[in-house]
Amino acid sequence: MESVFIIATILYLFSCACYFGFLFFQRSILQRSGVGLMAAGFALHTVSLVACGIRTGNFPVNNLHETLSVTGWAIAAVFLAFFFKYKLKILGIFAAPLITLTMIAAYQVPQPEAQDPQLLKSWWLAAHIITIFLGNAAFALAGGLGMLYLLQENAIKKKARGFFFSRLPSLDLLDTTGYACIVVGFSLITIGLITGVVYAKAIWGRFWSWDPKEVWSAITWLFYAALLHERLTVGWRGKRAAIMTIIGFGVLLFTFFGVNFLLQGHHGTFTAM
Amino acid sequence: MRDIVLLGLNHKTAAVDVRECIAFTADETDRALVMLRDNPAIGESVLFSTCNRIELLMVVDAREPAVTIAKQFIAEFKKVPLSQFENALYQYVGDEAVRHTLQVAASLDSMVVGEPQILGQMKAAYRKATVERTSGVILNKLLHRTFMVAKKVRTETGIGDHAVSISYAAIELGKKIFGDLEGKRVMLIGAGEMAELAVEHLIRNRARSITVANRTFSRGVELANRFRGKAIKFEEIIDCINDVDIVISSTGATEYVLQKNQIKAAMKSRRNRSLFFIDIAVPRDIDPDINRINNAYVYDIDDLKGIVDENIEDRNREAVKAQRIIDEAVIGFRKWVDTLKVVPTIVSLRGKVEAMAKQELEKTLGTLNHLSKTDKRAIERMTGALVKKILHEPTDFLKRDGCRGHKSAALDLTRKLFNLEENH
Repeated sequence: MESVFIIATILYLFSCACYFGFLFFQRSILQRSGVGLMAAGFALHTVSLVACGIRTGNFPVNNLHETLSVTGWAIAAVFLAFFFKYKLKILGIFAAPLITLTMIAAYQVPQPEAQDPQLLKSWWLAAHIITIFLGNAAFALAGGLGMLYLLQENAIKKKARGFFFSRLPSLDLLDTTGYACIVVGFSLITIGLITGVVYAKAIWGRFWSWDPKEVWSAITWLFYAALLHERLTVGWRGKRAAIMTIIGFGVLLFTFFGVNFLLQGHHGTFTAM
Repeated sequence: MRDIVLLGLNHKTAAVDVRECIAFTADETDRALVMLRDNPAIGESVLFSTCNRIELLMVVDAREPAVTIAKQFIAEFKKVPLSQFENALYQYVGDEAVRHTLQVAASLDSMVVGEPQILGQMKAAYRKATVERTSGVILNKLLHRTFMVAKKVRTETGIGDHAVSISYAAIELGKKIFGDLEGKRVMLIGAGEMAELAVEHLIRNRARSITVANRTFSRGVELANRFRGKAIKFEEIIDCINDVDIVISSTGATEYVLQKNQIKAAMKSRRNRSLFFIDIAVPRDIDPDINRINNAYVYDIDDLKGIVDENIEDRNREAVKAQRIIDEAVIGFRKWVDTLKVVPTIVSLRGKVEAMAKQELEKTLGTLNHLSKTDKRAIERMTGALVKKILHEPTDFLKRDGCRGHKSAALDLTRKLFNLEENH
């Protein structure tokens, strides 16, 4: 299955190249190839993950290699879904490199055996993992859209229409799509946290144990909740919302990886190297 | 060989008062074409006249007399003394005429490079010429090629990209902010040609509900009726700003009509929905500091002019690429024209038939080994005679002026009938 993983990575890499070509040369054939390659890579990647799950009998998040791989997969899934919904072509310039880098990182890290195989066998847990990963992927895309928004907003405000002005879509589309990403991400994360808490009760006997992972997850959740709340009540949109989604993405990265490497917590398996 | 000659004048060579006198209306074009068709000195002709140019494209046998006749014809037809416009006329022959035609169609020779109307006007002029049957085999081919090349230039270069007028530039910016202008609400403050033009463009882009504010209320009502919008009092502007997305301002006021703090407060109540100000007035109506408020964008006339200038520069850069496409087309057309000469056509016709005869002869003789040498020679002689007899009449027809006046058509037909290669 290793070879399938590598082929998928290579397809993502080509997709990435197509998107860069699209950014510079503005040929729609490049963009179409980019999406096509991404979809093909995603299909193979799915096969490789399923095979891995069947082989170990676990959900494939037993070590850092698998976790990164699932992360890349989730970003691809969310990107493809949003692409077909909003037709936002240029987002690939953010998503494709992110996926590719994640995959390459996954390939680089060692693959130790699972420490506690029993830990990862539960449907609650499957639901927890899938929703959290997809939700995080949606937040990652929202962060990317925030960056694109800032670039375009800057071009329009400064009245210096440079490289990006003609290449990026309208502010309105970037903002709407970013908002949709946040809504989807937030819903998924909420479900993910609930299932996680329920699973914690089932396995450790209590809902909440003030573990750093739990605390930071709560912080992340509150951050995005505040972002959504402000948007719905006082209309936080545009530049401020874009900046917040980027900061949110930073917080998310810390919760996802930083906590495991720096603070130790009960999600250690997850990033075992 | 017949020459392609182009006689014309345009906005670069003739002032508007001269162009006005020479311009042909649609009816006049029809009549002129009939007269040109009946003139023996002029073989084929297409007459093309817009407010910026008059071009008479002709195929003639004798260039000098034909040009004189054509000039005289224009002067007499338009009842303008030749001396009044002769200096403004340019004259291109052969490749240069072809190149000029291509440049005009590709909008490289236009006042605003890349403007798209010219091609349609040219097609209409050509249609007239085909109806009156004044265009023949050469001009038909030339114009078909021209339209193809013009399309290629448009799709392969960015010559028609980006707005080159103030109001279009504003629309383009609006699209970068709002994506789609459909359903966007517009407020027009003041009045003025450019501002009204911008409103019209917005309506064409399906903007909805136009609000007009004018110091003279009756003038505002008048404008509102024209745009099927509603008029408001000048003092109501700030109250109504909540309900609009695009503000176009063009008043004679000496002070800012809208201040930063007013808009800052308004942004709160409009829940930060984007607001785009187009300030066409000099002195300015909109406080430029408003641009620093989040989700508010202010473009004044200089900003828009800057965009237009940049776009014009872009177009001029693209025009260089277009020139290359045209140069290639000129060479291609020259190749085709060269095939329409009598001697090369006869040579390649003879070559083709003789080659066929030779091939068949060899095939046949190869299977008839029992024949004596004399018999074989007799068959060879017969084949040769056959080729000569077959070729005699067509050769004679092409050499003699039997196809008088339609020689290029005859040559073209010969090439098509026998499928002769273009580059022989």
